[in-house]
Amino acid sequence: MALTAFLRNVRVLQILAQILFVLLLALAAGFLYANVTTNLGRQGLTVGYDFITNPASFDIGESYIPYEPSDSYGRALLVGLVNTLVLSVLGIIFTTVVGIIAGIARLSSNWLISKLAAAYVGVIRNTPLIIQLMFWYFGIVLQLPPVREAVALPGSIFLTQRGVYLPKFDPTPTVESWRVFIWIALVSIALIWFLFRLIQNRPGQLIPLWAYLAYIVVPVLILWIGFVIQPEPPLKENLPVLTGLNFRGGLRSTPEFTALLFGLVVYTGAFIAEIVRAGIQAVSGGQVEAALSLGLTRPQALRLIIFPQALRIIIPPLTSQYLNLAKNSSLAIAIGYPDLFSIAGTVINQTGATIEVIVIMMLSYLSMSLFTSLLMNIYNSRMRLVER
Amino acid sequence: MRKITTIIGVLTLASIFLAACAPAATTAPPATEPAATEAPATEAPATEAPATEAATATPAAAQNTSVPVAGGERLQAVLDRGNLVCGVHGTFQGFGFLDTTGAWTGFDVDFCRAWAAALFNDADAVEFVGVSAQDRFTALQAGQFDVLSRNSTWTFTRDAELGLTFGPVTFYDGQAIMARKDIVSDASAGLDALEGANVCVQSGTTTELNLADQFRAAGVSYEPVVFEDQNAAFQAYEEGRCDAITSDRSQLATQGQAVLANFDDHVILDLVMSKEPLAPAVVQGDEQWADVVHWVVYGMIQAEELGITSANVDDFLTSEDPVVKRLLGVEGELGSKLGLSNDFIYRAIKLVGNYGEVYERNLSPYGLARGQNDLWTNGGLMYAPPFR
Repeated sequence: MALTAFLRNVRVLQILAQILFVLLLALAAGFLYANVTTNLGRQGLTVGYDFITNPASFDIGESYIPYEPSDSYGRALLVGLVNTLVLSVLGIIFTTVVGIIAGIARLSSNWLISKLAAAYVGVIRNTPLIIQLMFWYFGIVLQLPPVREAVALPGSIFLTQRGVYLPKFDPTPTVESWRVFIWIALVSIALIWFLFRLIQNRPGQLIPLWAYLAYIVVPVLILWIGFVIQPEPPLKENLPVLTGLNFRGGLRSTPEFTALLFGLVVYTGAFIAEIVRAGIQAVSGGQVEAALSLGLTRPQALRLIIFPQALRIIIPPLTSQYLNLAKNSSLAIAIGYPDLFSIAGTVINQTGATIEVIVIMMLSYLSMSLFTSLLMNIYNSRMRLVER
Repeated sequence: MRKITTIIGVLTLASIFLAACAPAATTAPPATEPAATEAPATEAPATEAPATEAATATPAAAQNTSVPVAGGERLQAVLDRGNLVCGVHGTFQGFGFLDTTGAWTGFDVDFCRAWAAALFNDADAVEFVGVSAQDRFTALQAGQFDVLSRNSTWTFTRDAELGLTFGPVTFYDGQAIMARKDIVSDASAGLDALEGANVCVQSGTTTELNLADQFRAAGVSYEPVVFEDQNAAFQAYEEGRCDAITSDRSQLATQGQAVLANFDDHVILDLVMSKEPLAPAVVQGDEQWADVVHWVVYGMIQAEELGITSANVDDFLTSEDPVVKRLLGVEGELGSKLGLSNDFIYRAIKLVGNYGEVYERNLSPYGLARGQNDLWTNGGLMYAPPFR
């Protein structure tokens, strides 16, 4: 009697169902694990990470950390991870800019601009990314002239089919004392922000748009003063120069990197454009009317009323586009950029450690994505409607 | 309401779990299933679709052999099915290529036809499955095809660790490097002529590793550009992304002529970077099936040595030479000892040709000289054990 009553308790039933669910999940996982180990065991293979310290003995085309073929497989995978990270971070920055511009352009009252933006979104969103990457790589970047006939742009920028060459700046010994000014410049930015807050918190005070230029002008001024008072310039320019078969010096973006960055930025930008447009349109029209009737100008209404509310709608889907961009970078293998996925493929082929390497890959992409989500969630919670 | 959701959730999970177990439960009745694929066998080369159909239909038969058995099961399964399923390249002209008319051609493909001819007296009783470099051994182990004939290098690791048995070497290849004539004018040049060069290479091959080893040993700096797809590597080389491209000599010669606009502007260096003996492979543990694969190839080599071709094989049936009589099955019972018809070599020669004919038909158009692949009597390495 007591037992039936116990089993009819809704709360007990709910807990029991959940326990059952977890048990089944554990059982499924256990079955899959047992399946893998017995099947590998039958072929005389074992699961383990011993291979990770063995020398990789293959070369990698581009790397942001020092790497030699005699380095370990672990190091090679790390090179791939860094390559993926660099690409993702740059991609996310550029695609945000492209997406916001295209999204606002779609809402423009200028017919040509809005139609151009609509065409961009329509074409890019409706074709597969891999085809777009092939197009950028084989159709655009590799069609640039050979090194000897490089297209020279002002500011020592050279476009060639072996890569895009940009000027770069190397530090000189005086960079140590100049570093102090970088800190001062950063502090000045914080001070300006604090000052603006103080002003804005007083009723009826509004900071004019041009005043925001202070964020750029003041730090640059400080850096410039620091630069000229040094006995020797703390940075020396390093320009790409054609020597022999190739350019020497400067900063080089390989054709693979260039094509991949362009492809990912343009592709993801189209999705972000739609998110931005939807976010702005979702703010109810009454908000603008209310703002105007309070005496705000139209740009002020946009900046102070529409945008903050639109951001709340934009941020969550924007996060998933950032994650998409990072994950889509694994298509790099099609056009020869040595990202994590490409290098992991080589490691798998040479060691036969398929499962181990795939686990490393999954954990890497997972932690990248979780970290991005975390940052975006923090930002989102700051922008959220505060309920009192 | 909530209860229903829980129940649905549990049921879904249970069904997923059951589905995961299912393959193990259905191992018993596979023998009848392959018969269903008998019908489309002759039209198999027409499109890619039948090939994929074969890929999905055969695992049922494969589960029998995925467990090592005493032998004989694979041969019986193939004979019952009425056709041979052969894993080939698909986009490699001269070796395994699906042409615009939907016909499979190539050196490796012709060996598949020879096995089919020996088994069924019908050179068209083959279903071809195009398979990538990365997937080929996994697919073979999983039983997606009976034999892998896809320019695969016979190495210790593949033989021992992957649980495969490699057949006789059908083509002695070696890694070579091809460069533009404006960089290397002479085929006799060494690697040092390629100082600082960009080299295109396909990932997932032994080639990538050899490349790093050889350049490192020679102390020559270079930059690898690694592609997943051989055709992408060739395309990037053609566009001028790389100064040189490395692959097996046979691939450079055949692909080079097929893909490059002006093959005369390129030179393949004489330098041999590695040994690449290409051989067919079967799953380890079925000796009878491995013997069938081996001895048909040996028979074709032996036939060339004896001067027997597809044109004159009927004349040889009346030969007084006991060696010829035994080979063609006029005398003795060699075939039945393998579980085949006694005239299995006769069929292969009659319907496909001897080793030399297969070579001439597929590779001579690309200017690949016999070299090491000539008969031992002509100073090559092709040598068949005696048929007695």
